[in-house]
Amino acid sequence: MNDGIALAIRRSIKITVDGKEVAAPEGSTILQTCRTNGIDIPTLCYLENLTPVNTCRLCMVEVEGSRTLVPSCSRKIESGMVIQTESQRVSDSRKMVLELLASSVDMSIVSPELAGWMERYQVDKERFGPPAAPGQIGGREKTRAGHHHKNDGTSAATVAEPTKVDNNQYVRDYSRCVLCYRCVEACGTDAQNTFAIALGGRGFEAHITTEFGVALPESACVYCGNCVAVCPTNALMSKIEYDLRQVGGWDESKQSITRTICPYCGVGCNLEIHEQDNRIVKVTSPSDHDVTHGMLCVKGRFGFEFING
Amino acid sequence: MFGAGGGTSSYKEAEDTDLIILWGSNAREAHPIFFHHVLKGIHNGARLFVVDPRKTTSAQWADTWLGLDVGTDIALANTVAREIIQAGLANSEFINRSTSGFDEYAKSVEPFTLEKGEKLTGVPAELIRKLAHSYAKADRAQLCWTLGITEHHNGTDNVFSLINLALLTGHVGRYGSGIVPLRGQNNVQGGGDMGALPNKLPGFQDVETDAKARLRFEARWGTSIPAKRGWHLSQMFEAMERGELRTLYVIGENPAQSEANVSHAISLLQGLEHLVVQDIFLTKTAELATVVLPASANWVEAEGTVTSSERRVQRVRKALNPPGMARNDIEIICDIAKRLGHDWGHPTAEEVWDELRSLSPIHAGMSYKRLEELGGIQWPCLDENDPGSPFLHGRLWQYPVVGPLAPFTPVEHIPALDTLSDEFPIRLTTGRRLDSFNTGVQSGGFTSPLRKPETLNISPQDMDKFGLVDGEVVSVTSRRGSIHAPVLKDATLRPGLAFMTFHFPDEVDTNSLTIDAWDPKSGTAEFKATAIRIEKITGIQDKAKSSSRAEALT
Repeated sequence: MNDGIALAIRRSIKITVDGKEVAAPEGSTILQTCRTNGIDIPTLCYLENLTPVNTCRLCMVEVEGSRTLVPSCSRKIESGMVIQTESQRVSDSRKMVLELLASSVDMSIVSPELAGWMERYQVDKERFGPPAAPGQIGGREKTRAGHHHKNDGTSAATVAEPTKVDNNQYVRDYSRCVLCYRCVEACGTDAQNTFAIALGGRGFEAHITTEFGVALPESACVYCGNCVAVCPTNALMSKIEYDLRQVGGWDESKQSITRTICPYCGVGCNLEIHEQDNRIVKVTSPSDHDVTHGMLCVKGRFGFEFING
Repeated sequence: MFGAGGGTSSYKEAEDTDLIILWGSNAREAHPIFFHHVLKGIHNGARLFVVDPRKTTSAQWADTWLGLDVGTDIALANTVAREIIQAGLANSEFINRSTSGFDEYAKSVEPFTLEKGEKLTGVPAELIRKLAHSYAKADRAQLCWTLGITEHHNGTDNVFSLINLALLTGHVGRYGSGIVPLRGQNNVQGGGDMGALPNKLPGFQDVETDAKARLRFEARWGTSIPAKRGWHLSQMFEAMERGELRTLYVIGENPAQSEANVSHAISLLQGLEHLVVQDIFLTKTAELATVVLPASANWVEAEGTVTSSERRVQRVRKALNPPGMARNDIEIICDIAKRLGHDWGHPTAEEVWDELRSLSPIHAGMSYKRLEELGGIQWPCLDENDPGSPFLHGRLWQYPVVGPLAPFTPVEHIPALDTLSDEFPIRLTTGRRLDSFNTGVQSGGFTSPLRKPETLNISPQDMDKFGLVDGEVVSVTSRRGSIHAPVLKDATLRPGLAFMTFHFPDEVDTNSLTIDAWDPKSGTAEFKATAIRIEKITGIQDKAKSSSRAEALT
């Protein structure tokens, strides 16, 4: 992200998107240019506050003269570019990406925008067959590269495995993980710099894991929950939300969100209090506020129980 | 700084600066989100220096860690200053144009050669030289500190010694160059802004010297205001001791656990004729009270504002209804006023704020509407067209300088008052851990997977020397009290240095050890420097018990 001063002195570049001429400052990505001009492009791994990692392939667009589709989240605009954001080729590609994900990952409680895109591209999650039986907890961590066996074609392989509940602050349900990498980035150099988690394994067995696959309390984790905050599919979820969902008590229609300031140290982090039945059920931070950029520490994110009494 | 108490810079500047010094600050744990900005700066190429007796988790990110002996900050700062002057690296153009008192200051630091500095502080001369040269040569530099500077008998002088360094190098008043005290609580800055200081009216207007301001307040409030400063917290306890202070109204503070030499503080509180405590919890202090007024939690059960360490005033909002009979502070205070014969009506938080804006020029432009739209505003903000002030004292770089010159303040190195001796050979210092906060009243409510029982942390060398093993309960004795605590080997500590927090006063009452000597200028007690001895005890391996605490309450 660049500050306003740097933006002001950059040249303006003109490109054509879906037949319409638009302009944006030099150095902008195709995605930034489109979003500033009101053109919606679906994204999954991309988040404004994180470095684009180009893993999900959902934001691909067609650029005239380019053999392959290009990831709009990281491709910078060039003068005279002609771009199609919703050609048949683009929507076929997005549909396939989402269907491959939905066939193997539980996407039942993803973010509302992602749910909307799945509807837009008419995603059929059983296109590759009914889901195969779930694996063992930590099964993928034990699999070695090259040891993945193709199934018989009657069902779609899944990443399903039991939820990891190993501490009081947040749970990890990797059945819901699309490997977008946001959590790794938030834990790494983009924000927290704790490096408690990384990508392990290869191919279908690729998974997010702690060092040597240890439980969180034995890992470097400091429970800032910034990974939870950036997760788009609820694979990472606070323990409070998880417990409420288990008993059917999580009800977003009964929740209000109020902006306030953290009660702990003097940094002044903005908090969004998610209230249900006059209790705090979740705390987030607005990603567009320049104190936190959406990130908090363990006290700000999880230290509110004294209010619930 | 230079009149109004607040940091000069914005957090963002840490991302764009060339050098960052954290002096007596473990921001990685105590101010984690500020440290995110520091980390961005480091990734952008800034160098980090950490000055701290402990090799903290912040120091682990530093290019250079200066592990000074507790309470030698002024000696170190003065040595850095002398080296900068001797090496011809002082910013003489800035000094000549924008500051006063340089000659006297230069004279005061003259005895602090690198050799003497090393001897006084325990920091190798080469590292002191490196800090001096790097800071002076950096294009932009941020000098940040926390309670490691202020919780000393000479905390204010410690702060002056750092401000002097910024003036010497011209690292103040420019984007990326500034001095930043990181505040320990979410509204410490706001408390100061609002005049919760013995000598200030809201907006840092002096009650003794600024007669014009005092008259404006008198006119608005329809009453007369004594032109005389009040007592700060430490003086109040002294007044209790003398029997001059017999009634105390405590709002949102837990002195029965947070004061240094706490058993003494408790006995003074017990001796009061009337103690009123207004809090969201029945704290240990509230347990001693004649009257307890249950209050709402201002950050989430009431409307209002707080001010952060970058002078940013931000809105707190009501998300929840307070439990039971708890009410917000404004309602309680107005009701008390009414009982005392003054009907202030039922003002909203915004109405109270608007009155403040009409009296405090630095807040004048901060309407609730603008605070909302701009995501907070940094003071001074003089009118509703003023965007606020991301950094202060740009005036010092104008030709000619607008307003008064920035004064150097020579300060003397006076070692920690609780001196080390054969009887008390170990230096105990205190601090915070990432997942806990102060006396644990708030942070005790959640079960942190990181939290371990309170321990007395000592260096691996001292573990061997005393023949101790991890978890072994020892007796820890200072000149004021004695407690039992389990020990923990801690490689971030040097021989002769011990560390504890006061997050778990019910288990380990650290503050029955600390000294209640306080800084005469700020009233802050010397939590950071206690002389202790550690003794092996046989037969006690169970949970730590606080003996002096038990005695104090019976």
